[in-house]
Amino acid sequence: MMGQLAITPMAQDVPLLQVDGVTKRYGQRIGCADVSFDLFPGEVLGIVGESGSGKSTLLSCLAGHLRPDLGRVMFDTAQGPKDTLTMSETERRRLMRTDWAYVHQNPRDGLRMGVSAGGNVGERLMAVGARHYGSIRDSATDWLTRVEISAERIDDRPSAFSGGMQQRLQIARNLVTGPRLVFMDEPTGGLDVSVQARLLDLLRGLVRDMGLSAIIVTHDLAVVRLLADRLMVMKSGRVVEQGLTDQVLDDPQHAYTQLLVSSVLQV
Amino acid sequence: MTEYNFAYLDEQTKRMIRRAILKGVAVPGYQVPFASREMPMPYGWGTGGVQVTAACLTPDDTLKVIDQGADDTTNAVSIRKFFQRTAGVAVTESTPEATMIQTRHRIPETALTEGQILVYQVPIPEPLRFLEPRETETRKMHELEEYGLMHVKLYEDIARHGEIATSYAYPVKVEGRYVMDPSPIPKFDNPKLGGSAALQLFGAGREQRIYALPPYTQVVSLDFDDHPFAASKAPHDCDLCGAKESYLDEVITDDRGSRMYVCSDTDFCAGRRGHGHVGRLGVPMEGTA
Repeated sequence: MMGQLAITPMAQDVPLLQVDGVTKRYGQRIGCADVSFDLFPGEVLGIVGESGSGKSTLLSCLAGHLRPDLGRVMFDTAQGPKDTLTMSETERRRLMRTDWAYVHQNPRDGLRMGVSAGGNVGERLMAVGARHYGSIRDSATDWLTRVEISAERIDDRPSAFSGGMQQRLQIARNLVTGPRLVFMDEPTGGLDVSVQARLLDLLRGLVRDMGLSAIIVTHDLAVVRLLADRLMVMKSGRVVEQGLTDQVLDDPQHAYTQLLVSSVLQV
Repeated sequence: MTEYNFAYLDEQTKRMIRRAILKGVAVPGYQVPFASREMPMPYGWGTGGVQVTAACLTPDDTLKVIDQGADDTTNAVSIRKFFQRTAGVAVTESTPEATMIQTRHRIPETALTEGQILVYQVPIPEPLRFLEPRETETRKMHELEEYGLMHVKLYEDIARHGEIATSYAYPVKVEGRYVMDPSPIPKFDNPKLGGSAALQLFGAGREQRIYALPPYTQVVSLDFDDHPFAASKAPHDCDLCGAKESYLDEVITDDRGSRMYVCSDTDFCAGRRGHGHVGRLGVPMEGTA
């Protein structure tokens, strides 16, 4: 599995995230088992698989929402690589609001619905110590524009936004502190196709401009085809195939991947 | 009074409350859980404050009870009577004469002195409650000093009203560590929280929390660099005593829009009138020049 790293086009010396043997069990059942991979700066990794294949469990383990039973998740912090599972909770939560971002499938989980769009975007800034109202508001305006939300809606609450706008707002709220690693759980789930296309376009632009690394969990192969450099296919909690996105999608080796690729409806 | 133990509560309960108070004094601004007892009054009437007062009271104390600054409102009168009956302590309306003051929603205008104890009645001790409803999460946020959310509330105020519109229960940071709800005192009183010579204790009966500010504690009201904290009051003088710097109540006097502004601290107002100060609508008190 490690041998495949050599083909990663953006490979640099130090991986941003090193995942080693991550296992999470729910009692007797397996959430995900023995998952290992390296993620390099600027790289986008897609994780695909059917419902119940353990991809969301894996993402939660990586993002620190769940505690895996076994394994290591090394993140390249400012002080060198550190195991995020053994670091103190203070450190981990600081990572979560500075270097990491988490985009939920349902924007309602990731937004404060009772707080205005500007407040939502500004929250992370205030959480890391911004105390100047004017500059917080300027950043919020800037970020709303970057995610194609009109600046005059800065004082509207997310509940007055459409689903697509809510999702874009959630992305702005997460990226405002300039994270290095973004976790996305089905970022386009629940959006109609034209809105999905715009969101994907936006995400692709942001990821390229900011040089973000991202881990995207999805069951939508079109999403990973557009966004991901590398792909991991999961089934029953295990990784059955991984490699370059085009390689995996165009020449699937594992029977399950072949099934997955052939199940996509052609219009 | 032989029917009740001194100050109503039994000694073991008072001991338990005193331990919580000592812990609160040791960690200023930290909400200490305690086993709040049922008191012979409804929640919301100061059950927390009464328990703290009962635990601190000694037979030599002189007690003053105020409600919104006034000594003569229902809540103040009934709590004062309660301790007169169950503890038999001396009571007073004068701030300097009191050794213990139980208060609801105000800090007396007269500066407190060393040796005095000010007990606040607190309805909701958790400043983050309406921003983050999960108690497990707010405790974690206090533990890890994650107070960004408190500023989100102030941000929302400015975005919606052009200024920080929170006018009471204005959040403060204690000794650079814990963010604390000062109970629903007007933000006019916030500057008096810090550096006070008196010991300040906060009791929340329903929520079962006690917290404290020891004398001369640093207390800072939260704000933004470009929207600094400002203590506010009605832009008037007291109509009875003419005081310019006291916190005022607005009183509607008829159905044609007439109103008057009077000191909310009745003892302070009466004291000034006793010294011959007369406001716009006031009449000189008997026995003064």
